[in-house]
Amino acid sequence: MKLSFSPEDELFREEVVSWLADNLCGEFEPIRFRGGPGDEHSFVEERKAWEQKLAEGGWTCIGWPKQHGGRAATVEQQVIFNEEYARAGGPGRMGHIGETLMGPTLIAFGSDAQRERYLPGIRAGREFWCQGYSEPSAGSDLANVKTRARLDENTGEWRINGQKVWTSLAHESQYVFVIARTDPESVAHKGLGFFLVAMDQPGVTVRPIEQLTGTSEFNEVFFDDAVCAADDIVGAPGEGWKVAMGLLGFERGVSTLGQQMLFQNELDEIVRVARANGAARDPALRQRIAEAHIGLRIMRFNSMRMLSGGGDDGSLQKEAMIYKLYWSSWHRNLGKLAMDVLGAESEIVPEAPYGLSRLQSMYLFTRADTIYGGTNQIQRNIIAERALGMPREPRG
Amino acid sequence: MEFRFTEEQQMIRDTAEAFLAEVSTPAAVREAMVTERGYSEALWQQISQEMMWPALHIPEAFGGLGLGFVELAAMQEQMGRTLLCAPFLSTVGFAVNALLVAGSEAQQSHYLGEIASGKTATLAFMAPGSRPDADAIQATCAADGDGFRLNGEYRYVLDGHTADILVLAVRDPDSAGTEGVSLFVLPSDTAGISRQWLPTMDQTRKQARIVLDNVRVEGDACMGAPGQAWPALAKILDLATVALAAEQVGVAQQSLDSSVAYTTERVQFGRTIASYQAIKHKAADMMLKVEAARSAAYYAACIADEALAGRPLGSGLAEAASIAKAYCSEAAFFNAGSGIQLHGGVGITAEYDIQLYFKRAKSTETLLGDAAWHRERLARQLLDGGVA
Repeated sequence: MKLSFSPEDELFREEVVSWLADNLCGEFEPIRFRGGPGDEHSFVEERKAWEQKLAEGGWTCIGWPKQHGGRAATVEQQVIFNEEYARAGGPGRMGHIGETLMGPTLIAFGSDAQRERYLPGIRAGREFWCQGYSEPSAGSDLANVKTRARLDENTGEWRINGQKVWTSLAHESQYVFVIARTDPESVAHKGLGFFLVAMDQPGVTVRPIEQLTGTSEFNEVFFDDAVCAADDIVGAPGEGWKVAMGLLGFERGVSTLGQQMLFQNELDEIVRVARANGAARDPALRQRIAEAHIGLRIMRFNSMRMLSGGGDDGSLQKEAMIYKLYWSSWHRNLGKLAMDVLGAESEIVPEAPYGLSRLQSMYLFTRADTIYGGTNQIQRNIIAERALGMPREPRG
Repeated sequence: MEFRFTEEQQMIRDTAEAFLAEVSTPAAVREAMVTERGYSEALWQQISQEMMWPALHIPEAFGGLGLGFVELAAMQEQMGRTLLCAPFLSTVGFAVNALLVAGSEAQQSHYLGEIASGKTATLAFMAPGSRPDADAIQATCAADGDGFRLNGEYRYVLDGHTADILVLAVRDPDSAGTEGVSLFVLPSDTAGISRQWLPTMDQTRKQARIVLDNVRVEGDACMGAPGQAWPALAKILDLATVALAAEQVGVAQQSLDSSVAYTTERVQFGRTIASYQAIKHKAADMMLKVEAARSAAYYAACIADEALAGRPLGSGLAEAASIAKAYCSEAAFFNAGSGIQLHGGVGITAEYDIQLYFKRAKSTETLLGDAAWHRERLARQLLDGGVA
């Protein structure tokens, strides 16, 4: 076991740090530490400009192969980039769905024409994507998709009808990738297609969902005979599930240390509050603050293990399977801790009518952490069945 | 960054697993645990002479294998999994680390050599009713010509009634806290030492009371400068804590594995109970705990290695040890306690082994500071320093 990064990786780190110091300033100063989870509605135009700045510096899509405009950065380098980006207060990435999900999917499953058409816009930080997976009746049960895609024999185009929900940044994106049923008689994960659909057309309507924070990161997206060109399907009709599942596999944990740096920023703020208001002298709160610190440090050790590849038996990565359940539970507890450290002041909203402080917003939004991307209950099923080999749930 | 076992480390772990599956069977554990000695001498000879485990991280110059702390942690984890009854933690986790950190070359050469050839050892520092910090040291030491006279009483000394070699923490009579602390190493049959087995709730690990009645020792029994030993002892206790945390990972793992096995066999309402989500979700929570505990223990083991080698990352030893001990203590307790629940009625019988893991989980939690004690130690560092 070795804990340190290689000298080459440390040089890479210096390059990242110095580029961020030189560029994440001036006009971009106000967006430092903004636009993260629960704050994605803020500074949208400025964050789009920042994406282009990043692209000019060659810091978008660094993990992509060079022929597609990336740097072919190693996993370690991607980890370092994400960690330093978050440490410097880099704003929430507008382009992350395109960079981490759409791009790798097209590189793995797309046609040459699709890659030529779509990758450069993602790489340049000019074209933004959102994800059309969940539906009102397809949440945890993602295969229960009802949205339909039908080939219009007159025009040769696909026509899409149905509704998606929980679509982040739909109102700021030019494109959405959609799984829809190409075979109307099919059920479950059979008979699905994976479509690339332009948002700016009459057949697509976006309706924001107001959340408990009073803000709207998420949307409903309605497709009413929306048009999709014949060759904007990735893979063949019927292969949508394979493409969609492949896409979920691309999130290989490189952003986890960056996410943890955001968590560290939040914990640091809680410690500052506790020291200032005397909560740091309360024995029960001291225990909980220390527990939060322990939990976050172990999250990092766990990621290091995950990124070093391979469980103890070299195959199944148990530490990767617990990751979502672990961080979401930890973060939700941190939200409550923040309020308890603030005490009576936690109720007072700084700006009328409902302009929450960062910690208040974090507290409320962490309730979503244990739901999206697979609820904690679904995570526990997966862990028990796939990692521990316990009997599968009967599927109705 | 390679935060995973090397091939050699994996081999050491696998060898330990296979050997312990042979020798530390439930029957062997139950036979050893009801004796006052607490372990089979024949097995200890096999462990120390054939397997050479106590010599694992003793430098080659002193007859050891010269391996590192990660290997030690891997082995300790497997010992926890099978509840091995042997004076390994006391001899290696406490005494070998004490000699490596604080021993003079002569002391190391003599005592490490003895340990490598099969002698057992332990460390005594806690007065009756104390908690494991500097105030626990109440036994005293007074200059007596070229040597010293030691007096006082210790409790909670692991394998104290059987150990061949003792490392003793004492203090100057008028000192308090971290001041005036000294460490001595001496044979346990030195005149004036009386030792008595204390029956324990966790029968798989033995504890003793040791009384020092005007024990006369020569100056060369003192480890380092008299009165200056607290930093060394703190480091020794942190190293032992890391070894113990690795053992707790093994306890947590076996509690999970035996519960999954039991619930997969047990049929109620026409289904194996492992097919119910209520059972699966508990098991999933147990797996989360043990995997996170493993990450914490092995990170701490890496840091312990750095600390023993005197490298810069080693300065994080106290923090890493507290993180590992706080988390692994609760993971072992959670998993063993949940394990009893998942076993249902048989979980509280003497016949099933899960109760033994539950008791080991608790004894290891208490030993060297429970989770709350370690969290408070971290809280002082986080919350009480100068301006953050």
